[in-house]
Amino acid sequence: MGEAIVITSGKGGVGKTTTTANIGTALALSGKTVCLVDTDIGLRNLDVVMGLENRIIFDLVDVVEGVARLEQALIRDKRFENLTMLPAAQTKDKSAVKPRQMEKLVNELKKDYDYVLIDCPAGIEQGFKNAVAGANRAIVVTTPETSAVRDADRIIGLLEREKVGTPKLIINRIRPHMVKNGQMHEVDEIVNVLAIDLIGIVPDDESIIASANLGEPVVLKHQSPAALAYRNIARRILGESVPLMNLNSHSGIMHKVKKWFGIR
Amino acid sequence: MSATKQKVTIKGTKDGLVFFMDDSCSFEDLVSDLKNKVEYSHQQILTGPVIHITVNLGYRYLSDKQEQQIRQIIRKRGNLVIKEFVSEVISREQALMERLASHTNVVTGTVRSGQVNEYQGDVLLLGDINPGGLVKASGSIFVMGRLRGMAHAGLYGDDQAIIAASHLEPTRLQIAEVMSLPAEQWVQHEMTMEFAYLIDGKMQVDSIHRIKQIRPDWTQSDIRG
Repeated sequence: MGEAIVITSGKGGVGKTTTTANIGTALALSGKTVCLVDTDIGLRNLDVVMGLENRIIFDLVDVVEGVARLEQALIRDKRFENLTMLPAAQTKDKSAVKPRQMEKLVNELKKDYDYVLIDCPAGIEQGFKNAVAGANRAIVVTTPETSAVRDADRIIGLLEREKVGTPKLIINRIRPHMVKNGQMHEVDEIVNVLAIDLIGIVPDDESIIASANLGEPVVLKHQSPAALAYRNIARRILGESVPLMNLNSHSGIMHKVKKWFGIR
Repeated sequence: MSATKQKVTIKGTKDGLVFFMDDSCSFEDLVSDLKNKVEYSHQQILTGPVIHITVNLGYRYLSDKQEQQIRQIIRKRGNLVIKEFVSEVISREQALMERLASHTNVVTGTVRSGQVNEYQGDVLLLGDINPGGLVKASGSIFVMGRLRGMAHAGLYGDDQAIIAASHLEPTRLQIAEVMSLPAEQWVQHEMTMEFAYLIDGKMQVDSIHRIKQIRPDWTQSDIRG
């Protein structure tokens, strides 16, 4: 029996879908069987980010309505044997599915996969309720912006009432130089306000946008800092203890010399 | 109607008159005796300047309607002013309300954006109130953490209630009917624990060590050395 993890945020555009795609791919890379479920009915994106858009035949709503069997709707990623995704419908809206049906579907998937990652839509309405219904654990994604932190706080409050319990936190799109200048919230500050455990921090990285447009999760690029961050998060989900990334790491001999003399 | 025994006994004190009401007779007997005394028999002591009356009911419980009836009889004389009703007994409902009002709710956790928590009595919160979160209490609110959201103390009009927090940085405070938008009305951010209170209908903020001066008879016990 696998585990279902919902990835949510409250606010839109903070990187839920990117996070789902990358953590899912990273988990698959470490040999686990993974199924990604897009619950953003009507505004699906996960298929695009994963580069599986043109392989969709049936979708989540078809499965729920009994038009297709679950196996027919699942898309197997050609790059990895053990990664599949269940796309959302694009022509319906959130009310096409009920939390009960979602729960049943996720329980079905949990039998066959080690990890079921549920990509939650923005907002706190039906779509959120659907996404949370079948999950055992939750991850809240936020960015170091006041509005995103505020919405994350609201979502955490709602999650605590569900059976998923206290969620874990990912702070996405950190820009180290802005944090240093005091223009962006610090990680500690955000964790302090939200009062939940951090499971990872992800630096702002242009290669995320580039790879999303290509339909290739960034974790496949070994040199990217965001890729490393997502791989670390996947390892933490697997139970390893991995220290947080040092976002201020400067490389180069001059930095080392300066550090030696105590100049930063 | 043969009143062999006095149902209403009137005694004088330095604060006015006390009407001792017999608590073993029927209410009807009590009312007729009171009528008789107020309207006929005790003219000489019940006339003249304004007299304050305390009605002592002993172990009798009066319904609101019965209390009104007694008020009306006494009020027939313009110079008699009822100060209070004193009774040795209260209703279960009232007892529960009083117990809740004197109760301190110890609560742990974070009050998050969009959450509204309401309590009877005082609240001791071990945690933060985040922006957008709201705690309401009929008594006072003490936050062992950061108050960055909203708090409403004295929900039913208790203007002696206070709001204290380790870090008092609220977006909105309310005590009884008085609402305050801190950012506009007072600037603080001292590194000590602070509390908000009402003085002459206005909200003020002070360091917690000043509470003794501001609410001298507020707590049941003081620190003794």
